[in-house]
Amino acid sequence: MVTEKPSLESVWSWLSAVPDPEIPVISLTDLGIIRDVQWRDETLEVTVTPTYSGCPATSIINLDIETALRAKGIEKLTLKRQLSPAWTTDWLTDTGKARLEEYGIAPPRPAGGPQHCPRCKSTQVEKISQFGSTPCKAQWRCQSCLEPFDYFKCI
Amino acid sequence: MSDALFEFLCRMGDNTLVLGHRISEWCGVAPVLEEDIALANTALDLIGQTQLWLGLAGEVEDKGRDADRLAFHRDVWDFRNLLLVEQPNGDFGRTMMRQFLFDGWHLAQLKGLMGSDNDQIAAIAEKSVKEVTYHHERATDTVIGLGDGTEESHKRMQAALDRLYPYVGEMFISDAVDEEMVSAGIAPDPASLRPGYDAMLDAVLTEATLQKPADDFAHKGGKSGARHTEHLGHMLTQMQWLQRAYPDATW
Repeated sequence: MVTEKPSLESVWSWLSAVPDPEIPVISLTDLGIIRDVQWRDETLEVTVTPTYSGCPATSIINLDIETALRAKGIEKLTLKRQLSPAWTTDWLTDTGKARLEEYGIAPPRPAGGPQHCPRCKSTQVEKISQFGSTPCKAQWRCQSCLEPFDYFKCI
Repeated sequence: MSDALFEFLCRMGDNTLVLGHRISEWCGVAPVLEEDIALANTALDLIGQTQLWLGLAGEVEDKGRDADRLAFHRDVWDFRNLLLVEQPNGDFGRTMMRQFLFDGWHLAQLKGLMGSDNDQIAAIAEKSVKEVTYHHERATDTVIGLGDGTEESHKRMQAALDRLYPYVGEMFISDAVDEEMVSAGIAPDPASLRPGYDAMLDAVLTEATLQKPADDFAHKGGKSGARHTEHLGHMLTQMQWLQRAYPDATW
């Protein structure tokens, strides 16, 4: 039997179906943490960069990548950690940003704060805390609808 | 060279480990929920950075010790953290003053390390600097808010500064390890970071209406390991309890 290695495009598309474990509406490729996919002879090498150095989701993400690729028949797989260039929210895709907003998390903006409340779209918002429920988020509140919401920190 | 490099990496990793553990002691008991979350998040960043620094230290040492082994199987005399970070939390104000005094140095040190000739060190610094910029911003805001706050909060912040300022000097004192790192192009000269730090400190303290102590006396012995304060040993009995009771236990 002749077996061919799956193309890199296929691997990327499989990875784009793996959800972020903490924000399941966006995928790992939307998050911009998959830096590279390469065949090294018969071994598939996936390069991943952490969002925050202590993010507890990192090990789950690695496990999810492995599980997803094994399910597609990849047998020889290595995961490589790459720290530099450091992850930045600039790598979030536009699709990812739109999905965050639909989910109720204000997407990151270079201005340093949310554009508007992800629920009622009011621009009257205030910061409650620079930190939130996960390392990547801060807590804000809408002064119009009074709902608190998460803001994806811009780094 | 590799001995000095190992020593230097332990200093970086032990600072983030000890401070990370210290502030995690607030988890569940901080004054308000937002501060509780913020302190736990900061602790998480610092522990994450510890894994990178001590992980690299273990590789450089090449004796089969990983980050966990270095964190949990060494005793007080092998720790190389600054005396400042092992000081007890005290009240919330003192915790935030300690954080502010450390973050100012930490941020400058990491910015210097981003230009390190050692690529792995430069990469860890590049990753960490984003997180620490955030820590420093928050600690600065809190020191100003509480210093220039009520009579009670002002009094507590001044007391915190008076108590902790004698631990600032150690961050800028060089020894043979530092000299070797400087000449190898690995790390900045600690003394070179002082003018920028002092300018930052003066600006923030003025805004916080706090008085910097006139005496520049500095306790030392933490980063060389020569003499830690009594507090570190007590902290390690908590932090290392599981590995002491059940060596090599895993999840």
